[in-house]
Order: sequence, then structure tokens, then C-alpha cells
Amino acid sequence: MSVLLPLVRAEWTKARTVRSTWWSLVTTAALCVGFGLLLGSQYQGPPDRRSGIGAAEISFYPLLLGQIALVVFGVLVVSAEYTTGTIRASLAAAPRRGVFLAAKALVTAGIAGVLAVVVAFGTFLATQWGMGEYGASLGDPGVLGAVFGAVVYLTSMCVFAMGVATILRSSALALGILIPLLFLNSQGLASLPAIRSVTQYLPDQAGAGLMRVDTDGQFFLGRLDFGVTGAYLVLSAWVAAALLGGYVSLRRRDA
Amino acid sequence: MIEVEGLTKQYGRTVAVDDLSFTVRPGRVTGFLGPNGAGKSTTMRMMLALDRPTAGRVLIDGRPYQELSEPLRRVGAVLEARSVHGGRRCRDHLLWLAHTNRIPARRVDEVLEQVGLTSVRRKRVKGFSLGMHQRLGLAAALLGDPPVLLLDEPVNGLDPEGIVWLRTLTRRLSAEGRTVFVSSHLMSEMALTAEHLVVIGRGRLLADTTVERFIAENSKSYVRIATPDPTRLRAVLATEGIRVTDTDDGALAVHGTDPARVGELVAAHGVVVHEIAQRSASLEEAFVQLTGDSVEFGR
Repeated sequence: MSVLLPLVRAEWTKARTVRSTWWSLVTTAALCVGFGLLLGSQYQGPPDRRSGIGAAEISFYPLLLGQIALVVFGVLVVSAEYTTGTIRASLAAAPRRGVFLAAKALVTAGIAGVLAVVVAFGTFLATQWGMGEYGASLGDPGVLGAVFGAVVYLTSMCVFAMGVATILRSSALALGILIPLLFLNSQGLASLPAIRSVTQYLPDQAGAGLMRVDTDGQFFLGRLDFGVTGAYLVLSAWVAAALLGGYVSLRRRDA
Repeated sequence: MIEVEGLTKQYGRTVAVDDLSFTVRPGRVTGFLGPNGAGKSTTMRMMLALDRPTAGRVLIDGRPYQELSEPLRRVGAVLEARSVHGGRRCRDHLLWLAHTNRIPARRVDEVLEQVGLTSVRRKRVKGFSLGMHQRLGLAAALLGDPPVLLLDEPVNGLDPEGIVWLRTLTRRLSAEGRTVFVSSHLMSEMALTAEHLVVIGRGRLLADTTVERFIAENSKSYVRIATPDPTRLRAVLATEGIRVTDTDDGALAVHGTDPARVGELVAAHGVVVHEIAQRSASLEEAFVQLTGDSVEFGR
């Protein structure tokens, strides 16, 4: 702990002293809450029962859009070090790669986590307020758990993005992989039944499984063969893999 | 003390640093000299464990860099000047660095004062000149008040006043008993700051010696004579077995003797001369002579 704490403090100072941090966080919040408000107010009646999607689940769509800015934040935390050359100062000051990465991941997760609480609850309330009389309440069965799942999902995606950026070192490369992975997939690949058995394990699909209100297999992005616990495990595996890859890259490659 | 032992770095088939061994001792400025591309920066990055050596190792006071706890308190380094986030304010850059090694924030203000950046401490680094970047880099290096300093081409981008300031600072830091290791591709700069020299070319050690000895061994002196009758003078000197060559500006260079003997000879033979002077090949020439074979471009 005594080696980790000073580095956590340093990483926090690093994050708070560049404007891109605040811009990406504000953008995330604005996109999610704004889109939620817009989406909610489009409903002139209760959501169609046949779609299997309840009123509460509608407020999770905006998060899938707004997460892009949070993913950009996660990428920039690392890639900015490489584009500016700060990484050399960082590693000269903290030569133990594992501790350095752990401190960075903790601070990124902390910042993303605080924002995710605000954004997940804010978006839920905005969407439901927009839906007016058809909206769900936080007190409805399963809703609180699903919103908590959204917090975990958003935080995880940010740390996942940070790990991927540590492996690739470049914003362009990292976002070039993350954006198609997190966006095109939800709207395209995942809806193809033939490959659904595989695509359901992708981070956004599995992650969306956390934001599930009822316990039937159906949730707002499609069917999953695993439950909420499974979804937590799959998402954790993605994050762990990205961080491990980042650690190996830091250890092996020249800074 | 820094010990470099059999340090080697290969990039694919290119050998950037080739089995390099030398020791940098405390209390004196050691110059690290070599033409551009000789492997100086690569060596210094390996000293800081930023790059992994293909073979060999570097020990800082007997320990590898990665094993130093709070390394900024042991080693301060200035590598490439522009390696800070442009959007971060000057003081904030030093502040996060200070946090990494539990260095108190008041030390940040001290080093800002020391390098003369106090007035711009709240400015974003983006607008800094190269000279200001160098000063910020030095401030970062001094943050932990380290006994070992590594400076990679620190005079680059400094104005004449800054260069004098840096020389004074470097000498003072070594007089305080610190180990100071400064790289440069300019021999003249080294002659002014360093007492000891490590010279490399194409990644290999060419010399590890004092500046005085380096100059004595590598710069050849000669006697320069300007005369309206070079043919006659050549003939006179030739009969005495003295070697003569032409200088670039039409005078003669007489080797292996001194001005007194040359003066006596021309007087004895009644040769008219306009100038007799002792000349030394410049340090740059000595350096070029030593490293000339090792300069390689386009790799």
C-alpha cells in the first residue's frame, strides 16, 4: 500500500490537471442524460409488451451511446502519456510497471465510477421523467440492481479501454478497435442469430446483461445464455485480460 | 556511482549500443560524447530502465534502477526536453512528479525558483520555448535532490545566457559531490563542463579518460608559417627532415617541432616569413578524428 498510495495521488493529479479529462466526463454525462430525456419523451404510450423491454430498460440505451466519451477518457489516460512523452517521466519516477499500472487503473476506475453513479442514476431519472406516467420508478422490483449494473458496466468499459490503450499505446489504434467493438457490434453483428452464441460474450453484450430488470433470458439487447452473475464474470474477464495485456506490454516494450 | 556493464541494445539487426562498459564516479562531471546516432540517448534510457537492454546491465549505487524505491530521490534525469503534456500547467507537471516519490509540494516551488520558471508556473506548457522546456526538465530532475544526475544534451535549445547558467549549475552540482553525467555531441561544450569523458561511436566505447588526456592524445599541434616563398622554406625544412603540409589558407603547417626551432632555421637560411605561430587542432577536430570512422548515417 505504501508504494501504491503516492502513485495513486500522482495519477489523480495527472488526471485532474488536463482539460481533456473534464471535457470527456462532461460530454459523457450530457450525452447520456440528454439522450435519455429525448428518448423518454418520445413515448406516447407504454412500451410494447411484445418487445419484452420494459420501461425501466429503455433508460439503458442512452448509456450505450454516451459511453463513447467515457471510453475516450479511458484511452486518453494512457495514450496521452505516449503522444506527449510523459510516459518516460512516469516510468522513470515509478519504474515498477505493475504498481504504475495498478495506480493508473485505480484512479481511472475511481473517476469513472463516480461519474458512472451520476450518469446511470441521472439517465434513468431523466428517461423515466420524460416518459411521464408510463415511466418506471427506482423502487420497482429489479430496477435498483439494474441501475447498479449500469454503474459497474460504465466503470468497467472505461478501465477496459485504458487496458486496451496500454497495449496499443495510440489513441487512433485503440479507438479504432474499441468503437467498432462497442458500437457496431450492438447494432449489427449481435443481432445475427447465427453467431449470437459467440457475440453474446463480447463486452458490450455481456455488459448489457448487468442492466437487466427481470430474470427471463430476454434483455434489452437480445438473449443471453448466462445470468447476471455470468455477465459480471464475463465483463470482469474482459477487463482483467485488457489490464494483463497492458502489463505485459509495459514490461516488455521500450518506453 | 553508475556502473555500466556490457550494455548492449539491438533493434532487429541494428546494434545501437554494443557491449558498452564504463563507470561514472561521483564528485565530477563526466561527459558522454559521441556523434548524433552514436547510441548516447539509448544508453541513457537503459540507465533509467525505460528501454530493456538486449544484454548487460546498469547499476546505480550497486542496484538496478527498477529496484530503487523513490528513484527520483536517487537519480534525476533530463531526457528529451519536450516530454510533458502540453495542456498541463508548469507547476502541475512538477506536482504530480513530486507525488510519485512523496516529495513535498514546497520542493516544487523551490526547484521552479532554482531554474527561473516561477513567473510562468501557472502557464500551460504548450506555449513554452525549447529553452523553457529544458529548464522544466532540469527542475524535474532536481525535484528529489538526487545524488546522481543524468542530462541528455541539456544545452540544446538554450540561449547563450542559459548555456552559461547550465554550465555553472552543472559544476556546482558536481562540486556538491553529486555524480553528474552529461551527454553532448559538441566537444567544445564538454571541454568547458566535464572533467572526465566517455566517448562512444556507433555504440562502442572509444575512450574513457580525462578531458586533458583526451585532448593531449587526440589533438595534434603544429607550427604555422606564412611565407612569400614557400618553395624555399619547404626546401630548408626538408633538409632538416621536418615534415611540412599545406594549411587550408595557403600557409604551411610544420609538424613535430616547435616555433623556436623553426624560427632559428628560417633566420639561419635568411627566409622571409610573415608569421610563425603554435597551433593546436581544435577539440572538434580531435573529436571528429576519433569518431570520424564511426559516424554512420541513414541507419
